[in-house]
Amino acid sequence: MGAEFVTLSLTPILIGCFAAMACALPGNFLLLRRQSLIGDAISHVVLPGIVVAFLVTGTIAALPMMAGAAGAALVSVLLIEAIRRFGKVESGAAMGVVFTAMFAGGVLLLEQTDTSGVHIDVEHALYGNLESLIWLDATGWGSLLDPLALAGLPPEALRMAATFAVVAVLTWLFWRPLKLATFDEGFARALGLPTDLIGLGIVVMAALAAVAAFDAVGSIIVIAMFICPPAAARLMTNRLEAQIGWSMLFALLSAILGYVLAGYGPLWLGATASVSAAGMIATVSGVILGLAALFAPHRRA
Amino acid sequence: MLLDALTLQLGYNATLVAIGATMLGVAAGAVGAFLYLRKRALVSDAVSHATLPGLALAFLVLVALGGDGRLLPVLMLGSALSSWVGLWLVSWMGRATRLSEDAAIGAVLSVFFGFGIVLLTVIQTLSAGRQAGLEGFLLGSTAGMLRGDALLIAAGGALVLAATFVLRRPLLMIAFDEGHAEVQGLNVRALDLMLMTLVMAVTVVGLKIVGLILIVALLIIPPVAARFWTEDATTVALLSGLFGGLSGYAGAALSATAPDLPTGPIIVLMAFALFAASLFFAPSRGILAAALRHRRLQHRVHLRQGLLALAHGQPVYERLTQRMLRDHGLVRADGVATEAGRRAAAAALRDEARWQELRRADTLSELAPRDDGLTRIEEVLTRDQLAELDARLTPREAL
Amino acid sequence: MSPLDLVTDHGQPVREDLGHLPLALRGVTVSYGAEPVVFSVDMSVAPGAMTAIIGPNGAGKSTLLKAALGVVKPLAGRVTAWGAPLASQRARIAYVPQRASVDWDFPTQVRDVVLMGLYRELGLLRRVRARHMDKVMACLDRVGMAEFADRQIGQLSGGQQQRVFLARALAQEADLYLLDEPFAGVDAATEAAIIAVLKSLRDEGKTVVAVHHDLSTVEAYFDRVFLINRRRMAEGPVAEAFTDETLRATYGGRLGDGLVARAG
Repeated sequence: MGAEFVTLSLTPILIGCFAAMACALPGNFLLLRRQSLIGDAISHVVLPGIVVAFLVTGTIAALPMMAGAAGAALVSVLLIEAIRRFGKVESGAAMGVVFTAMFAGGVLLLEQTDTSGVHIDVEHALYGNLESLIWLDATGWGSLLDPLALAGLPPEALRMAATFAVVAVLTWLFWRPLKLATFDEGFARALGLPTDLIGLGIVVMAALAAVAAFDAVGSIIVIAMFICPPAAARLMTNRLEAQIGWSMLFALLSAILGYVLAGYGPLWLGATASVSAAGMIATVSGVILGLAALFAPHRRA
Repeated sequence: MLLDALTLQLGYNATLVAIGATMLGVAAGAVGAFLYLRKRALVSDAVSHATLPGLALAFLVLVALGGDGRLLPVLMLGSALSSWVGLWLVSWMGRATRLSEDAAIGAVLSVFFGFGIVLLTVIQTLSAGRQAGLEGFLLGSTAGMLRGDALLIAAGGALVLAATFVLRRPLLMIAFDEGHAEVQGLNVRALDLMLMTLVMAVTVVGLKIVGLILIVALLIIPPVAARFWTEDATTVALLSGLFGGLSGYAGAALSATAPDLPTGPIIVLMAFALFAASLFFAPSRGILAAALRHRRLQHRVHLRQGLLALAHGQPVYERLTQRMLRDHGLVRADGVATEAGRRAAAAALRDEARWQELRRADTLSELAPRDDGLTRIEEVLTRDQLAELDARLTPREAL
Repeated sequence: MSPLDLVTDHGQPVREDLGHLPLALRGVTVSYGAEPVVFSVDMSVAPGAMTAIIGPNGAGKSTLLKAALGVVKPLAGRVTAWGAPLASQRARIAYVPQRASVDWDFPTQVRDVVLMGLYRELGLLRRVRARHMDKVMACLDRVGMAEFADRQIGQLSGGQQQRVFLARALAQEADLYLLDEPFAGVDAATEAAIIAVLKSLRDEGKTVVAVHHDLSTVEAYFDRVFLINRRRMAEGPVAEAFTDETLRATYGGRLGDGLVARAG
């Protein structure tokens, strides 16, 4: 593994790792609150978000796109909650109504918009373009210490690392209220904790991770990482702290193995082209979950 | 133009699509209703996403056998098989592990979809240059739909609908009370399996028109909308089928009027419009009705409690209570009771005393649960019963 | 004398002083839908006593408790603790929710659950020190659960889960303890252990309020009762307020098993 690896594979792998971990971290709380599918909903509404952002600003710069996606995620979460609460609709069905309608709206807007010449389409939103996030300025491992080369890192790398850092710091800072409100909402409320706000905070944290990740890696990884690593981790341990640790490990494993298998697997099999890295990362995370479901020490209650 | 479309005057292809979409909508709405009543609406999301690997594998098999890979019946068979595997995994995870169903659904849908995408990229490399066209199944594409395809879709929808009709009673029973259904001798697992098979059938039938990402909308949105209008399960199913059919028909017709109105999303948005109207305007469960009801309840509660406070000479702290009393002319601006206020307070107090006495009267005490603080006793008792109650009250008051 | 004579013609009567009551509800009405489940309830919890909230199923017992804690928002009425708004007094109030209200499959240990009782002391980031763990262990010891400190909570029996919840409340070192059905579905040994702890709290001068449904044990366990069936039906010392008449008024025609048990 030499210069070529650093140039072509190092940054996509790093980005994949940060994206996977940033999603898996809030995914642990979603799993325990039985809200895993919120991740599914959020990742679907990213599409209308970026389309609206494009329509409003006319550019496909990262910042407005992310703002649009974050706005759409927030709108969807509030809509789901409103429909659930005021319409007395069961939460799964409320999610199904909102995310499908918003996704349909996004596809329709996209068709109505002249997007010729800009790279914005459904496929991109679904499976990203991890493979294209290469580090052209790198000449070898030494480039990691070369400020000039580092300046040429794909912006997604820094953005994803920063997102993971933010999510991690927020989780660490609010660890106790998060755990308390997730385990026993009634007790938390009697203590005076704002449980509604904490619930919303978890979803916003998930949305932040999803929005930052979709651009680089697409929605599939996002949904898979929200659910598979935390679910597999839950089967490994009965301690929340350890569950978080396992989920980070599984997220890393999925990202690295998935990328390597997608990029080099077909070559080993004699094919000439690689396959979708995003899809492969999701597949690997599923295999890990399957193995955990079969063999993990705490797989049963 | 729109009128032409709605009356099927836009040509052969548009008519085919409209017929197929209507049939699909009715079938999806009806099946979705049972799924929703069983509280498993989002299982359909796993089912639909899990079709992708099967779709791609079927294509690969067809190509390997020398076909062109786009034979719809075979593609449908492949998707059905893989979504069946996905379903089995969801239920296996629920049984074999401590994970909840929503986690299992999410895991299966994302992993199967991810694996499907991997296979799609394989297909892209195989058929370099040649358009495989499988992407059309993600969001549906009705352009160039063949007569045979449309007939297949319509026939599939009709078949699903017929099966749903035959199974409606046992499906309702397991949705309403699983335990009771089991005691009655129904095989709950088998029925669940049949329901899921129907869901799978709808998904597979709908792949071509609305695509696998949006087909869940047709299974979920119509029943949720229908539920707002009725408390009766059978009516929910009927109404849901109607809403689904309407969305399919109107959506297909509308999308035929312009080139950049994709059929699938338009159908979904039609269904959503029906949902939004139901959410707001349904007479009893709708948001507007509920909000009005809550406001009226709150006002009644405050008025009543204000009167009781007046009667007991207790201070009234709450702003809303004070306002209600003032607005009804029961107290003056300085908080002192008016003549009408005194009379109303006395009446409220008498009502309270009667309710209290009713609980002690053996002959009437079974009516005590009707006492919610707001119901006047005259609404509950006959004149004779009231007289009996007052007769019990008078000697006590004389003391 | 007509009750109306009580209304003064010279403005509002004097405000009631509730400062001596650990918990006071005035005119509290709660509704989840079309009609009130708790209507215009006044409740005065006496300090240093054990009070049982009693009533038939669906009479609004748990709802009343949740409204008293601010866990549900009432449609009308107000709640004070020691005469002050509830929010300012939370540090002095401990709550034991219904056991069934939480997911016992949550990945955590007994020790961690009890530590949650120290949240107000620990806040977001203060370190858990030896004295905190000592307190946790002391509370577990008081409910006879010290040896289970490292157990996963899902492995506990119903009675043990209830004891852990009580230990968490003890860790709060409150002055007022509110318990929602603490004896529901627990074994006899646990019931005895819990009531012993509650009585010792009372003897230390703390106030205890519990939603209770076993009429046969009311006289043995509690000092005061609060009878509710959507409305307040009776309130006071057991000897005065827990009578055949008040019970009949509360339970109505449905003279249930509880009454029979009490008679026998």
